[in-house]
Amino acid sequence: MALLVYVHHDDGELSPQSLGVLAKAATLGGDVTAFVAGSGVDDAWAGSLGGHGAAKVLVADDPALAGGLPQPIVDALESSAREAEAVIFGAGVVSADVAAGLAARIGAGIACETTEIALADGGVVATRPALGDTVIVESGFRGTGIVLARANAFAPNEAPSGTAPVERVAVEVKPWSQAARPAGREEAEVAGVDITEADILVAVGRGMGGPENVPLVEELAKAIGGEVAATRAVVDAGWVPYSMQVGQTGKTVSPKLYIACGVSGAIQHKVGMANAGTIVAINKDPNAPIHEFADVSVIGDTLTVVPKLTEALRARG
Amino acid sequence: MNIAVCVKEVPSGTSHKRLDPATNRLDRSGDSELNPFDLHALEEAVRIREGGADVAEIVAVCMGPPSAQRALQKALALGADRAVLVTDPALAGSDIAGTAHVLAAVVAKQDADLVLLGQQAADADCYVMAAAVADHLERPVVTQVADLTVDGSGIRAKRQTEHGYDVVAAPLPAVVSVSDAINTPRLPSIKAIMGAKKKPLETLSAADAGVDAGRVGADGAQSVVRSIAPPAAKSAGVTIEDSGGDSAGKLVEILAGKGLI
Repeated sequence: MALLVYVHHDDGELSPQSLGVLAKAATLGGDVTAFVAGSGVDDAWAGSLGGHGAAKVLVADDPALAGGLPQPIVDALESSAREAEAVIFGAGVVSADVAAGLAARIGAGIACETTEIALADGGVVATRPALGDTVIVESGFRGTGIVLARANAFAPNEAPSGTAPVERVAVEVKPWSQAARPAGREEAEVAGVDITEADILVAVGRGMGGPENVPLVEELAKAIGGEVAATRAVVDAGWVPYSMQVGQTGKTVSPKLYIACGVSGAIQHKVGMANAGTIVAINKDPNAPIHEFADVSVIGDTLTVVPKLTEALRARG
Repeated sequence: MNIAVCVKEVPSGTSHKRLDPATNRLDRSGDSELNPFDLHALEEAVRIREGGADVAEIVAVCMGPPSAQRALQKALALGADRAVLVTDPALAGSDIAGTAHVLAAVVAKQDADLVLLGQQAADADCYVMAAAVADHLERPVVTQVADLTVDGSGIRAKRQTEHGYDVVAAPLPAVVSVSDAINTPRLPSIKAIMGAKKKPLETLSAADAGVDAGRVGADGAQSVVRSIAPPAAKSAGVTIEDSGGDSAGKLVEILAGKGLI
């Protein structure tokens, strides 16, 4: 069975999420071809994907693919995808856009948030937790299946070695696909603290109300000997820098203790912290998804509980 | 400039979400609401108009069961000028590809320069609809946008990726999905809620909308649910109901008991 794995890279830096699905695909028993797109792609670099599980690597190389935007990549991928039984994508903002555009382009079914992939009955089968991870849904496809993985669902090969043959594909990028243009990047700030190394993290979510309340979380972190982490929503809103963000587009952490303050527990956040040893959730909304997977749930007002907890920890000394 | 906002009706956050074992589809028998992520798209449309852009019309577009009229009423109360609901028994069971086809078909008839969507549906947790609709419409797309600037001829959109923030520029017409951090949606006033009832809400069948019947509904779905199972059992956590901060002592006790502090 022909399995095509789209391998995303950011200006040559390979996505670990893509390498994870490539490693997974290699265990399925199909013919695994990796697909990379870019401008001025080096054959040896592309061939090194053989060490990550590809038996063959297709390279789409065109100046229109330089910007890393999704729509030209859909054009490049289209004809190879039509020949595959499944096209598999690791998690990622651009990867998801490419997967979605491709599904529309070739009229294929798409499975999102996939945490397990298998081959059965002559096709690919994708499994995902759904409805707030309360059910496990297994989906198959009529025709080509497009599989988009959940963040961190699959780990890359730890010790890649070997190369795969590289083949260049013809690329024709449509004019409308090039209408969107990259217009700058604000690099992630590199702050002094690496939250992935912390044993205790205290996370601030939108339930903390506003940036003026972030010091309450900072004081709790200080009192308990931890560092401050955050959800995407509060980073996007500018309360704290991107380097503190945990989740799909942020960092993946596994501290011994994770205290989530006013964090709803959306999937994007959960995938970055679900492996924490003990999860404490403080959230006034009893229906917040985080209470479903927290080890200790406090149903209460974060603005009251957080300072009281700081006080109690300080009193303990 | 005209703006179309694609919205969805989803089971409400407080009602029990479940799949119907008989059909393997979402059980829609409970309470439903306008997808909370779509509130940000509607709010952004209104802000673009309030910000001085010449917005002639904001139209809310939805595919769903007849009950989705209520979600559209809310969209009208939040600032849409009119609404279009595509509803047809033939559409039930449509997958992502089918839904994107329907939304694109309807949007194509709305003469919209800017198409806005929420970043995901609260029931499916996928982030794919905007890019799929954009491919059908052959228009530029930027997804999960946290900051959007619109002028007469184009957009500038900032969005978070795994590497920080990227800025993308595109000419109109374009498709944008907005992050839930882009704005804080306002609550509709009583006056707006009453006024919404007087705004046009058009209902279309699949045929009216120009939908290709072979691509929609359960028969047209390209992804097929094979099985549904409960997740692996997880030991239930401890729940503490706080009152005035009285949980702090108990929490310290638990953490100390686990040797974490």
